[in-house]
This record gives sequence, structure tokens and C-alpha cells, in this order.
Amino acid sequence: MIQKSQTAFKNQSPRLSINGLLNRTIQNPLRLIAIVLLVYILVVALSRLLGGDYRADQFARQLIFGLAQGSIYALIALGYTLVYGILLMINFAHGEVFMAGAYIGFFVITALNNAGLLVSQTLLALLITIFSGVIASVIVAVALERIAYRPLRNAPRLVPLITAIGASILLQQLFLRLFGVSTRRYPDVNLYAFPQLFPELGCATINGETICRGIDLIGGRYDVVVFGLQLRVLPIHFLVFFLALTFMAVLWFIVQRTRIGKAMRAVAEDKSTAALMGIDVDQVIVITFVLGAALAGAGGVLFALYNQQVSPFIGFIPGIKAFTAAVLGGIGNIPGAVFGGLFLGVVESVAPSMLGLSQQLKDVIAFSMLVLVLIFRPTGILGEVLAQKKA
Amino acid sequence: MSLLEIHDIHTFYGNINALKGVSLQVEEGEIVTLIGGNGAGKTTTLNTICGITPPRSGQVCLNGQDITRLPPHKIVELGVVQVPEGRKIFTRLTVRENLELGAFGRRDKTGIARDIQSVFERFPRLEERQRQLGGTLSGGEQQMLAIGRALMAQPRILLLDEPSMGLAPLLVREIFNVIVSLNANSGTTILLVEQNALMALAVANRAYVLQSGYITHADSAEKLRHDPAIIEAYLGG
Repeated sequence: MIQKSQTAFKNQSPRLSINGLLNRTIQNPLRLIAIVLLVYILVVALSRLLGGDYRADQFARQLIFGLAQGSIYALIALGYTLVYGILLMINFAHGEVFMAGAYIGFFVITALNNAGLLVSQTLLALLITIFSGVIASVIVAVALERIAYRPLRNAPRLVPLITAIGASILLQQLFLRLFGVSTRRYPDVNLYAFPQLFPELGCATINGETICRGIDLIGGRYDVVVFGLQLRVLPIHFLVFFLALTFMAVLWFIVQRTRIGKAMRAVAEDKSTAALMGIDVDQVIVITFVLGAALAGAGGVLFALYNQQVSPFIGFIPGIKAFTAAVLGGIGNIPGAVFGGLFLGVVESVAPSMLGLSQQLKDVIAFSMLVLVLIFRPTGILGEVLAQKKA
Repeated sequence: MSLLEIHDIHTFYGNINALKGVSLQVEEGEIVTLIGGNGAGKTTTLNTICGITPPRSGQVCLNGQDITRLPPHKIVELGVVQVPEGRKIFTRLTVRENLELGAFGRRDKTGIARDIQSVFERFPRLEERQRQLGGTLSGGEQQMLAIGRALMAQPRILLLDEPSMGLAPLLVREIFNVIVSLNANSGTTILLVEQNALMALAVANRAYVLQSGYITHADSAEKLRHDPAIIEAYLGG
């Protein structure tokens, strides 16, 4: 059988000419639409680039912002993908888990600010804030799993999905009633670092003495010239990007190299056989929720640090975007979630002005991408392995 | 007191009554086989022992201790280890990781390393392929890995579910040799579920015949092998 299909494939490959491509394109209108769309995007982007409507410095700025935004998406997307990998369920309340981290982080950072610790011990205060955001998210996620999802473990797959949407609304409303509808503002934070590397930055004259504290990683904005491009750089964007990558590397290590990670992969593949190995499946599921929530909580605080505004609704759009990112990369697939998140962040940041569209159309672009991926590659960009696994 | 004693278990899938009062005993050091046709409830019996499908009524005892309501991972810790039907190798984990998972409940690193080595001595093919993904192994190799993985849990009693399924005759013989040597050399107690009744009765001390959820015969393997009714029904006349 296999040999037969291989030879059939071999016979076909020389016919992979423009003619054949054209034929198949005409036969399949979807493919035609995709090609037309692709050509249109290329033409518009090129003409704007050549016509000088879109400049390289714009691109660089948007790329950096997109990577920061994308790493937040990636952090949330990992939670979707981890839970999906194990339970084959989309935890639509995951955006609210993210929101809980950012929101509780707000109370903590405000308290620390009032106590003066945010100014005197900035790094420590930030670590405390991130940690408390992580804890808040973890508590919400574990409660969700225990109360809402575990009793439905053996129900048809649609049931937990609808429950998750209900849980999402419930959490939004709960935070709304508890803390009010008004948008809260994270305090301004200045975290100075690396005075040796950046000797001219962060200088202040106190009592006639000039002290340079280095680069401001959180609140700083710097105009720099890189490769002849005039750029306004916010170090926070780089910080978010690198912190997110670090968290993801830690997750990757846990899943690939530790005992519990091995158990997670086993449970993802076959729950009852995993139980026969002496694995406590319920415990592994809880740990999965904890890991996803920890990343979302950390992402929530980071997001709030550069976006500064928090409300009970901030989880909704990033949650949906992160879900999109997870599907884009191939849901259930960890590198896929990271790739999908970064890709989505960059595209929605870069595409509107590259194509000469209104910035407000970025959500349209993001979700159109979701639709396109679902049409042309339902398993996601990196999703081949998964398709095999679940087949 | 028997090592494993099942008393009058009734197991249901929803409203379907799969086991209708099954009782059996396995003594320390025995090979006991459970034979029967498709859908007789053989796999259900093993899964009920392991806690995967707990019985609605009845009792499962290990060395006199009631384990009926324990979760599966606790039952494994007590030394009741199953090699599931269809091998159920973790296809996306490496051979070595599969073996390490078998020892999931154990914390003694040196002991685990030693036992992996002894599995490799028993099945040299697995050592050659230890870095390959489980899914890339052939059927026979997967069965060896499944047995090796179960041995990693240091079983007091090994439950084997259709180890010969889908294997070439030569491999079936090899697997049965392994089963016999496990019992003879390591003293592992074995409860063997098989459709290949001929082979199963040849290696077992005692046998039970399961039919639509009931035990219909229980006797020494030798006697059942010459029982005309069994020959008629399970040994191909």
C-alpha cells in the first residue's frame, strides 16, 4: 500500500508544473481566493514601500511593539494549548485568568507604591507584583478546574466548552461587582539598570552632584538611531519579550525534562494508560492548569506594566487573540503557541500601516488570519504532529 | 490467603452489565490465565482490578487488603501492574521515557537505572532503540516495551492483556517465553488474559473461562486443555 502511493507520488511530481498548478487552482476556488489575496497583499505592501508611504523606521517600531504584544499573546496561548493538549478542551475562561493576574497585581503594586517600596526597592517590588499576579491567576484557574471542569470530565466535549464560556462571563462580572467598573491605572514605574552600559542615561543632578543611574527599563523612552533609522525605543518592550521567552524556556524545560513533564505528556496521549503507570491523572491536570495560569498571570502583570490600564474586561480580547494564536500555531503544540503568539502580535502591529489600512482594523486582520488558517491549514502552521497524534 | 482475590464483582458501562459476578483467585507465584471469546469481559476484569472501571458491587483484595475503591495510581503502587491490551505505548515519548514512566511511582534513582538496565538485558532491541519514539517501534518491539515498562513498576502481580494480539507466530512464541521466564526466574505472579487459548493453557497453572460476564469453568490448565467443551469452543475443535 505504502509503496504504491509512493510511486504514485513520484509519477506525479514531474507534472508539478505551472500548468498543473493553474489547473488545480481553477478547480479549487478557495485556493484561487488565497492566491488573489496573497498577491493583493504583496502588491499593496510593495507599492507602499516603494512609494515611500511606508518607511523602514515605521516597520522597525511596529515590529518591536508587535513582538512585545505577541509575547503576551504567546504567554496566554500556552495556557490554552497546555489545557487543550491534555483535556482536548478550550478553556475560554483563560483570558479571565490573565485578567485576574493583572488586576490583583494592580492592588499589590499600588500598595507597594503607597508604602514607598516601589521607589526605594523597585526590582523587589516588581518581583512581588509579578509573583502575586501569578498566585492570583493560579488560584482562579485551580478553582475553575475543580469546580467547573472536573465534574464534567466525562461529559460530551461541548459541555465543558460552554461551561468555560459561562465561567469567563462569571469571572468578568465577579471582578466587576467586587472592584467596580472603572479602569484602574498602574503607577508609573522607573527601574534603572546597567549604569555602566548606558553612562549617559538616567542622569539627575542632586545637590549639585550628577548621578547617572543607567537605562530606565520600565518607564523609559529613548530616541536612538540604529542603522540610520530614527527610532523611539521603549525598553519595556524588549523586557517583556525577553522575560516571556525566559518563562517559555522554563516551561519547555519542565515539559521535556522533568518527571512531571513526562507525566503530562503521557496523560496528554492516553489518560487511562497513564493511570496504569501510577500517574495521578487528576493531579497532572491540576498541574497543567497551574502552569498555564502562572504564565498568564505573569503575562497579565507584564501587560499591565506597559499598558498601565486594567479593568475586568482586559482579559477578553487578549484571551481571544491568544486563542487565535494557539490555533494559528497548531493547538496542543507548545512551540506552535509561541510562534503563533509572536506571529499574530507582529502581523497585527505591522499589517495595518503596511497595507495602508486604519489601525483600528488590526482586530479584523487578526481574526481574518484565524479564518484563513482554519480554511487552508486547520491543524495550524506547526500542527502536523498533532494531526497525526489525534488521528 | 491468595495474593489476588476477586469476589463477585459486577461492572457496568453505563447500563450495560459487563461482569455479572466474577470471582477468581491468583496465588503467589502462579500463572493463571483467563480465556474467553470477544466481549466476554476479559479486559473489563483486568480494568476492574486496576481501578480503571471500578465495580458497582463486589470486592477486589490484594493480600487480604481491600483495594476495590482505590484510584488506579494507588493500586499500581501496591504492585498490581497491567500490560494493557494493544500495548498502549506512549508513541510520542522515547523508549527510554516509556520505561521511566513505568517507574513513575518510584523515587529510587539508582534502582530505576538498574532496572532499566535489566530490561535492556532482557530485550536488547529496546536498548538499541532507547532514543527512538515509541511509535516507531514494530508491534513485537512495542509488546516488549509494554512488558518492560510494566516490570519497571516492580510488580507483585503482572496482569497481561492479550500480549499475543496481532503478532507473528514466531513473536508470539518469544513473548510467551518471556512470560514463562518472568514467572520461573523472577517469581512474578501472572494473570494472563488471552484469546490464544492454546498457548495460554500451555503455560498456565490454572485457568478460568469467561463467557458473557460469567465464569463458566475454573480448573487446572492441564484439565481444561483436555475438556471436550473447551476444545470445542476455544481450541478450534
